[in-house]
Amino acid sequence: MTVGIPSPPPSSRSRSATEKELDRLFEGTALTFALFILLLLVAIGLLVLVQAWPAVKEYGLSFLWTSAWNPVEGRQAFGVLPMVYGTLLTSALSLLIAVPLGLGTALFLSENFIPLKIRTVLVFLVELLAAIPSVVYGLWGIFVLIPALKWCFGLFGVSFTGPSILAASLVLSVMILPIITAISRDSLAALPPELRQGSYGLGATRWGTIFRVLIPAAISGIVGGVMLALGRAMGETMAVTMLVGNANTISSSLLQPGNTIASLLANQFAEAKGIQVAALMYAAFILVILTLIVNILADWIVRKLQAKYD
Amino acid sequence: MLANFSMDNFNSQSLKINKASRRSLFNAIMTGLSAACILTALVPLALVLFYVTVNGFNRLDLDLFTQLPPAPGLQGGGIANAIAGTLIVVAIATLIAVPIGVMCAIWLAEFGGDDTSIDEWVRFGVNILAGVPSIISGVFIYGLMVKPALPGYSALAGGVALAVLMLPTIIRTTDEALKIVPQDIRWAALGVGASKYQMVLKVVLPAAVPAILTGVTLAVARAAGETAPLIFTALFSPFWPNGITNPIASLAVLVYNFATLPFKPQQELAWAASLILVLLVLASSITARLVTRKR
Repeated sequence: MTVGIPSPPPSSRSRSATEKELDRLFEGTALTFALFILLLLVAIGLLVLVQAWPAVKEYGLSFLWTSAWNPVEGRQAFGVLPMVYGTLLTSALSLLIAVPLGLGTALFLSENFIPLKIRTVLVFLVELLAAIPSVVYGLWGIFVLIPALKWCFGLFGVSFTGPSILAASLVLSVMILPIITAISRDSLAALPPELRQGSYGLGATRWGTIFRVLIPAAISGIVGGVMLALGRAMGETMAVTMLVGNANTISSSLLQPGNTIASLLANQFAEAKGIQVAALMYAAFILVILTLIVNILADWIVRKLQAKYD
Repeated sequence: MLANFSMDNFNSQSLKINKASRRSLFNAIMTGLSAACILTALVPLALVLFYVTVNGFNRLDLDLFTQLPPAPGLQGGGIANAIAGTLIVVAIATLIAVPIGVMCAIWLAEFGGDDTSIDEWVRFGVNILAGVPSIISGVFIYGLMVKPALPGYSALAGGVALAVLMLPTIIRTTDEALKIVPQDIRWAALGVGASKYQMVLKVVLPAAVPAILTGVTLAVARAAGETAPLIFTALFSPFWPNGITNPIASLAVLVYNFATLPFKPQQELAWAASLILVLLVLASSITARLVTRKR
């Protein structure tokens, strides 16, 4: 056997024109699908706006501050103020409950209070909260939470009718808590360990470090998570529809029924006709704009954090 | 100045932790509070799982899987049509969302780096799409397919509405699955003379399939529980599924419709349907967890 003669490479041919063409075709197809996502977003916004146009022309901006919602033929009047109020109130209330609980949970899970194995299980359980279908929360709310609340308020002699802003907000807070926890935990875990070590080295306690170093450093991630949760709360439909009472009134009491834009849509779309469909589309468009603003802000804030510690 | 730090007047007590000091107390209280937070957060989960299991278990019999729902107020029956309907609608959604989502993710992971501006716009679009409320997807499909009667209230419309919601999950998980495939494999494939499409389709994609399947499973389980996009696209039907251009029953809409009926048998069926949905979500989440841990 002679040594030293290298075997020829398996193939020294250059790629044929067809192969190059196929390559371009493949990249082009992939790009088309990627751009399809952007097209889809634009289509959602445009289609809703176009279908809402009759109502936009008819009611204009006063739609936003009118409280009548009467689909009866000949006496139609549509205004979305009680639903905007209900949407904002339930979201704010659920954030009020979920932010401290979610942040506390995130801190507990990102520190080493308990062994990593148990923490992994707890992280999984918190994630599971987000996976349970909305309609199951609704069912549970009707048959478990509302009777329980009735009993509680009964102890203090407060009358509680059942479906209400409070019941909806409570269930909503359970549903958005995992979002706040997951994103806060991620942004806390992404901090460089030197921050913590430096703080401990200077003699700070664990919670001194958390409040003075870790939370300020991760704040944009935490705020981004809260914004995402707010977007979710504003658009959440089924559980809220089943628990909020669907009354198109503005009531200052949290124990009274109310309505949200999403539950208005869920309740009325299947039976709507004529100008009512347009009015519902107008309401949907307002919801799209509200969630869009919140989500764009969230995206921007989360990106800012990534830029800081990459 | 330096003299202050000499060993002679160094107070070694200052290195000991004083358990009664204000900051130690604050530490202990805050630790307790954060533990209380996670306990409070898990109470609703335990309660929901408990009540769904207890109330749903009653009706978990053979009839549930083989019979149609009874007329309002009557006993017995099952939710077989809703189970079949959910399978059909979710299958339609998966068939639409997986090819689109995977191709989009392939562009992001394999070609996106070449042109960062489009790349960023698409990623931004996926994030915004993930934040679109589920009911808006229903409204969109209502305007696109139901109102112009193309083909009106139907399994197909419901499936497309769910597909819109599944897309972001599938794109994100596929994108991440492709990114963890080692770069060397790509270079090796190109080095032995593969074209880029051959490299992606025959080398990178097969390596990422387990992780992609995990993501698809999660997306499917979530879609099965989605109600809002279906209530005015797929609507509901008390009968067996009848083609994909007619209204169709689904578990999620059944829970919504039956929960508000004043009849006990219907409410029991709603609990049973909830139990099936929760079990589906549990099974897929646990599988996903196990698969990702193995890597």
